[in-house]
Amino acid sequence: MKKILLWGGLGLLLLFLTIGLIRSQKGQVSVGEIAPDFELISFAGESYQLSEYRGSVVVLNFWASWCDTCKPEAKDLEAAYQYYRSRGDVIFLGVDYVDTEPEALGYLEEFGVTYPNGPDLRTEISQAYRVGGVPETFIIDQDGLIAHVQIGPFRSLEDILLRIDPLLD
Amino acid sequence: MVTEIKKTSWVAALSILLVVCLIPAAVYAQGSGPSDDEVNAVAKQLYCPVCENIPLDACGTTACEQWRGVIRDRLAEGWSEDQIKEYFVAQYGDRVLAEPPREGFNWVVYIVPMVIFVGGGVLFITGIKRWRDSGQDRTLRRGGKKVPEPDKLSDDDIKRVEEELLKRSKG
Repeated sequence: MKKILLWGGLGLLLLFLTIGLIRSQKGQVSVGEIAPDFELISFAGESYQLSEYRGSVVVLNFWASWCDTCKPEAKDLEAAYQYYRSRGDVIFLGVDYVDTEPEALGYLEEFGVTYPNGPDLRTEISQAYRVGGVPETFIIDQDGLIAHVQIGPFRSLEDILLRIDPLLD
Repeated sequence: MVTEIKKTSWVAALSILLVVCLIPAAVYAQGSGPSDDEVNAVAKQLYCPVCENIPLDACGTTACEQWRGVIRDRLAEGWSEDQIKEYFVAQYGDRVLAEPPREGFNWVVYIVPMVIFVGGGVLFITGIKRWRDSGQDRTLRRGGKKVPEPDKLSDDDIKRVEEELLKRSKG
């Protein structure tokens, strides 16, 4: 009986360690996977549910005000948003990753970002997408599948358009 | 002499006035906001959410400075330590806590080390006992003097011995 308990406990411990190790090694959600659904509450208090945007392309950008490498792409993302805005089938959502609100709002104002942005409360969205750092951008197609994963910043506006245009009719 | 006393009185009056003026200033400076120690007392109970395993009070990144600023603001607004910790958990998740809350899957963190400790202790004691027993056994075998287990007398045998002893004592 003692032996069974001992080996059982040891096995359970190994199982937990293995699950933890696999999770940490998994990396971001990859191209072709179903984009995890989430609800983003914007700084303005509006709710955005990803599943409601089936049929549209969604550009999901993770950023933070303390992230220096996020800054160069902020204006390009806004320019891309303005470029597609009249079409209505390209949605831009910004997720503010582990940040403080006053600094985040200052950042959005500094770079003139007008598309919806909100905090990643309890880091639930970034955990669902297994974000390893910021900036990271996920482009989700009309079927809710991940079409492109951008680790690090986009180099230019053209770089962003190049990833979105092929998904549109 | 009178002039000297007047002079001393003036100096004393001026000194008192100076002290009276400085006291409110000092009180004002102290009450203008939470001290670094007060901020760090809360910060050390929280962990940086982006740089793992670094307490917030010892972290030098811009993000951590911002978070310490949040703690300072909340303390100035009269929030308690627990309220601030709850706010951080709501914003950044349980991982910011130095001690994960004792609920759900988090119990593993508390139970597993205890199980390992107790299990290890049991294994150690059992091992020592076995080692001692086998050591004794080896010594007996080496000397060729293995002590046989004493045979138990049956009730009949005991009765017979008692009868024999009685006979002899009479004879």
